[in-house]
Amino acid sequence: MIKHAVFEKNSILLTVGILIVVAIGGIVELAPLFYLESTIEEVEGMRPYTPLELAGRDIYVREGCYNCHSQMVRPLRDEAERYGHYSLAAESMYDHPFQWGSKRTGPDLARVGGRYSDEWHVAHMVNPRAVVPESIMPGYPFLATTALDTSDIVDHLKANQIVGVPYSDEMIASAAADLAAQVDPDSDDLDAMMARYPKAQARDFDGNPAMISELDALVAYMQMLGTLVDFGTYKAEGENLR
Amino acid sequence: MHILSMLILALGAAATLLLAIQASDAVMSFHAGLMALFFVVGIVLVQKRRNNLTNTDGYEDGIIRAGAIASTFWGVVGFLVGLVIALQLAFPVLNFDLPWTNFGRLRPLHTSAVIFAFGGNILLMTSFHVVQRTCQARLAGGWAPWFVFWGYQLFIVMAATGYVLGVTQSKEYAEPEWYVDLWLTLVWVVYLLVFLGTLWKRREPHIYVANWFYLAFIVTVAMLHIINNLAIPISWTGTRSYVIWGGVQDALTQWWYGHNAVGFFLTAGFLAIMYYYVPKRAERPVYSYRLSIVHFWSLIFLYIWAGPHHLHYTALPEWSQTLGMTFSIMLWMPSWGGMINGLMTLSGAWDKLRTDPVLRMMVVSVAFYGMSTFEGPLMSIKEVNALSHYTDWTIGHVHSGALGWVAFVSFGALYHIVPIMWGRQRLYSLKLVNMHFWVATLGIVLYITAMWVSGILQGLMWRAYDQLGFLEYSFVETVEAMHPFYVIRALGGLLFVLGSFVMAYNLWRTMRGDLRIEAAPIGSTNPVGAAS
Amino acid sequence: MTYSEAYEFAQTYGLVYLVLLFVGMLIYALWPGNRRRFDDASKIPLRED
Repeated sequence: MIKHAVFEKNSILLTVGILIVVAIGGIVELAPLFYLESTIEEVEGMRPYTPLELAGRDIYVREGCYNCHSQMVRPLRDEAERYGHYSLAAESMYDHPFQWGSKRTGPDLARVGGRYSDEWHVAHMVNPRAVVPESIMPGYPFLATTALDTSDIVDHLKANQIVGVPYSDEMIASAAADLAAQVDPDSDDLDAMMARYPKAQARDFDGNPAMISELDALVAYMQMLGTLVDFGTYKAEGENLR
Repeated sequence: MHILSMLILALGAAATLLLAIQASDAVMSFHAGLMALFFVVGIVLVQKRRNNLTNTDGYEDGIIRAGAIASTFWGVVGFLVGLVIALQLAFPVLNFDLPWTNFGRLRPLHTSAVIFAFGGNILLMTSFHVVQRTCQARLAGGWAPWFVFWGYQLFIVMAATGYVLGVTQSKEYAEPEWYVDLWLTLVWVVYLLVFLGTLWKRREPHIYVANWFYLAFIVTVAMLHIINNLAIPISWTGTRSYVIWGGVQDALTQWWYGHNAVGFFLTAGFLAIMYYYVPKRAERPVYSYRLSIVHFWSLIFLYIWAGPHHLHYTALPEWSQTLGMTFSIMLWMPSWGGMINGLMTLSGAWDKLRTDPVLRMMVVSVAFYGMSTFEGPLMSIKEVNALSHYTDWTIGHVHSGALGWVAFVSFGALYHIVPIMWGRQRLYSLKLVNMHFWVATLGIVLYITAMWVSGILQGLMWRAYDQLGFLEYSFVETVEAMHPFYVIRALGGLLFVLGSFVMAYNLWRTMRGDLRIEAAPIGSTNPVGAAS
Repeated sequence: MTYSEAYEFAQTYGLVYLVLLFVGMLIYALWPGNRRRFDDASKIPLRED
């Protein structure tokens, strides 16, 4: 059967053998996630990010917040008490990439929305130790003084649409107006924006109406985290629907 | 052939120059400019050295010397950045509240610098050394190996400057954006072809087992890198993109990648180093060649399944978590098989450990490999993971593997290669190797014990209840409790960095051809540190 | 192919396939006839610099 050395003499066979062995595990583990309903099924309340929230999420990604903050509450008693209901798969279904994180140098942020006031967030981002003296978080004062780059917001929504986030063409066309409306409660476009993005919160987040800052976007993103699914009415069905 | 080379390089230069001019953001302009510069310098060098590159006699050792310098340099840089971020966690004022110096941007700089810049250069260097010696053939492909080497350095520079300037996709250990990923893919494919090409040219009928490990590392990393990083850029002239995977799918793809980056980059690749340099240094064949074959196939077969243990108790389906845990526990067996194979290679030559600190470094690295591959399966058990996950225990585990195993076996390989490649009689000083060994070992011990205590302490504090049934500690109280351990960890890191300075100095003096007059260690019959 | 079909296939044929792969590898490594070649191969690193 194995008269001649197969692998140790034929480098192509060795390469193919390696590829077959390592491909199996990936296929068996990854492929089912694209069939399995609980990982792709939408839960009531979930919607794509508003353009402002998406821009805020981009700041979150750019600054590498995932290095210290998770966004994944586990179904353990202490986590339920500390952070709230455990995270559902559906709650991060529009996240490209996911930001579950792997380390809690700071607390979990999956349900941070609505926990603190905008003023608290602004003060905390500018100087964390002014609000929480024991904190070891870096300060991000530059976010408040940097204007948000909104010039390519349409391209951001389009790229999300291509990777499967259900942005409608209408949402893409009105992205710039929607972004501006969310930080200006007096805007004429506000009602149309709210109709496209239910439960969106619209106000001047950073307390500086003169400019749409990066901090406006980041606070808008943090204030919506974990607020879309109403756990008063949510019913978990099946063991995998979590 | 020469004309074709020139044409390819010129085309590359033109395309990237156009991109630099058309770029829609400053970082893209900067990085495309670097790529254009790379091609222009490439044209000049290939033209100048055209006669040298067609040489087919002997071995291509210039690239190994370049690899030794590059890996020493990136090692020192990566360890230093690690020390900086360790200090930031102990003393947050060191973040300076600037965009370019905050922890969130520097931590990926540290992980990429040590894994991809230091570890990657070690793997490039040793694989080019081992494949030539075990095949008795010169590296294939003319200037292609040099393209791999310099292309890889450019990848590092683009990734690192990108992080600091805020260009990242924030996928852990896969932070570089789409265009940097594409560049690495190009470099990696050429690397695979150079490696395979050299295997085809071999004059030795058998492919030595170290090359199997290198091949598995190259092929699997290519597969993982491409699939995990599939992304849609928001514009072909901009840096930003959105990865095609979302939510749970992205989580599993990411940790399938992330865990196998550990399995195939930091394990398979460095096991190849063990299977060549430990026998070489001990001057005896590997303990059991059969065991090495069983080790190889079972390791690559089991490792690829273990990724989901990074996602215990998350929204990942439960069957997937269980599968990941099962394979992770099974992984303990081939890992220890490999460790035994490495350690037992010294049977009958244990006395060399007393006289050769380089061999001692390699052997201790194998022992650390055994330790962290025991701790890993333990931490993949769901009940243990419920406590350890999200805490510093994970960080401690990673560093017992990264400092104890990966870095030590790399230092051993560097100490072995440099005198040979520069044609020196021996290292400048074995006493300094000894000093490096003890300073770095003490650093590792401080580091991992501090992280064990802080990790387990924080995990327990998070789940502590008072008599009335309320959570006993607020989150920030658990942060406060970490402070002394973060200081100890930084001290351990400082020792490790100092050790790497000693190594860099020793290697530099060796390259210059200096020899320090030293008494032979007690019990030694050989001249001091004679290079074998 | 539905999800449950894929799952079933992986649990039956997939398992058999993987076990066979593992057994084949063991036989290959322990085959008495291979011993001499493996011994020879293990000396490759010691041959030259």
